[in-house]
Amino acid sequence: MGNIKEKENEIIREFELFDDWMDKYNYLIELGKSLPPIDEKYKTDKYLVKGCQARVWLYAEHNDGRVKYSADSDALITKGIIALLIRVLSGQAAGDIIKNDMSFIDEIGLREHLSQTRSNGLANMIKQMKLYALAFEKAG
Amino acid sequence: MGVQELRRSFPILEKRVNNRPLVYLDNAATTQKPLEVIERISNYYREENSNIHRGAHYLSNLATEAYENARKSIRSFINAENSSEIIFTRGTTESINLVAHSFGEKYLKKGDEIVISAMEHHSNIVPWQIACSRHEARLRVVPITAGGELDMDAFRSILGEKTRLAAITHVSNALGTINPAREIIEIAHKNDTPVLIDGAQATPHMKVDVRELDCDFYCFSGHKMYGPMGVGVLYGKEKWLNEMPPYQSGGEMIKDVSFEKTTYNELPFRFEAGTPNVADVLGLEAATSFITRLGYDDIASHEVELLEYAKEKLGQIEKLRFLASPRRQSSVLSFIFDDIHPYDTGVLLDKMGVAVRTGHHCTQPLMDILEVPGTVRASFGVYNTTEEVDILADALARIREMLA
Ligand SMILES: Cc1ncc(COP(=O)(O)O)c(C=O)c1O
Repeated sequence: MGNIKEKENEIIREFELFDDWMDKYNYLIELGKSLPPIDEKYKTDKYLVKGCQARVWLYAEHNDGRVKYSADSDALITKGIIALLIRVLSGQAAGDIIKNDMSFIDEIGLREHLSQTRSNGLANMIKQMKLYALAFEKAG
Repeated sequence: MGVQELRRSFPILEKRVNNRPLVYLDNAATTQKPLEVIERISNYYREENSNIHRGAHYLSNLATEAYENARKSIRSFINAENSSEIIFTRGTTESINLVAHSFGEKYLKKGDEIVISAMEHHSNIVPWQIACSRHEARLRVVPITAGGELDMDAFRSILGEKTRLAAITHVSNALGTINPAREIIEIAHKNDTPVLIDGAQATPHMKVDVRELDCDFYCFSGHKMYGPMGVGVLYGKEKWLNEMPPYQSGGEMIKDVSFEKTTYNELPFRFEAGTPNVADVLGLEAATSFITRLGYDDIASHEVELLEYAKEKLGQIEKLRFLASPRRQSSVLSFIFDDIHPYDTGVLLDKMGVAVRTGHHCTQPLMDILEVPGTVRASFGVYNTTEEVDILADALARIREMLA
């Protein structure tokens, strides 16, 4: 499995194939549909990411120096974006996750989902993923 | 005036969004501004800017006169008895906060009750919660019917000896329901209960006559009625305003100040502490002239046509459900696809150049009652067209397919 940069580049290349927003969003929707389900026991308020218009649940565990994320949302496009984030960050080392600037989101033209008007959902999601990584790193 | 001609007065409507012509259907959040409003504000800063009620110089007199004339225009616009009953605020939110604070200070005692409804905007809930907790009073909530209307029987029975005030919205921003304000006020007055009406969603669409309504307070925002942001109005009957202590304090609101004692200025200045937002007050005045020139009858008939057309077109889309079916509805249409999150609908509509609002519309308690995470809300204004409704309907049909 590749490192974060390799995974990001892979996604950027995939998105370059789309010539219009319809294809891109259809792809996001498909990604959303195929996101592996989160264990139902984590779909509680405790794992809710705050400040998203759609509800997002995020859970992470740390095994053999790698962070593994699982997540779900009640909105499909949000789920599709989550699937991208998980593809890039899940299975990586905590230290690498914290350092990464997630600039690929910009490059694949999904920057608008980071904006304040989307209630900062994606930004909060990324922050929460990094907080998990930080906590794991501190705990060793 | 034809709608195409009218659209030319709104420069922003020529914008393209995501490579498509902008279809702006988020008028309940804020309306766009006609040139005459934009120019009035710009002209103030070019030609008249000066601090008011103070200097004795030429510009100050000019600005003061313009500001006080605007107050007179607003008085006549809502048919208040006196200009001193018109207080300029930052908007509906500040108007309600002012009353919740100052009326609360004077009249709310332990065990008293404030009545609101289940369809209130957060800005007509939270200030009352705070006032109630401060004075150990209780907030009572009138429920709504399945059709999304105020439950009038429940309203009648909730009023009692302890009710100090009822604060009810004229038009619901989330559902479009037009409440029977006149009847609400009459019922409350029989119980000696004064009434505050949240008119934020009413003044863009219908003639408001505060004397005919006989409301005790009426609040509205400039930016929802083709005027600028940052300015709004509190109308209050003199008999209440005269008794209420000031809200904010500082310059403008005082008569004499020494370090021992301050005497407050008279109405309306007592409630307008600090340098007011003169430019936007003048912009609001220009917006009222704009509305008056169009005429509420013509505005209403155009908007009703759009609403009916939208209901017909959207009603044909599979699995699309309207959130309310009130007998009287302003040009606000809230709907949801039962199997699609409103957020997804909103994102995809935006991609197709259609601006709507999705989410809870600052009415979370109402969303809980309706058991939805939020709604998609299309809201129409004077410059919208049936072609734009077609674009909305086509876009929704496409989203239906994409997310099938
Ligand atoms: C019914 C209602 N009340 C109050 C408000 C608050 O208005 P403002 O934000 O202009 O103070 C709004 C605006 O969203 C509204 O729709």
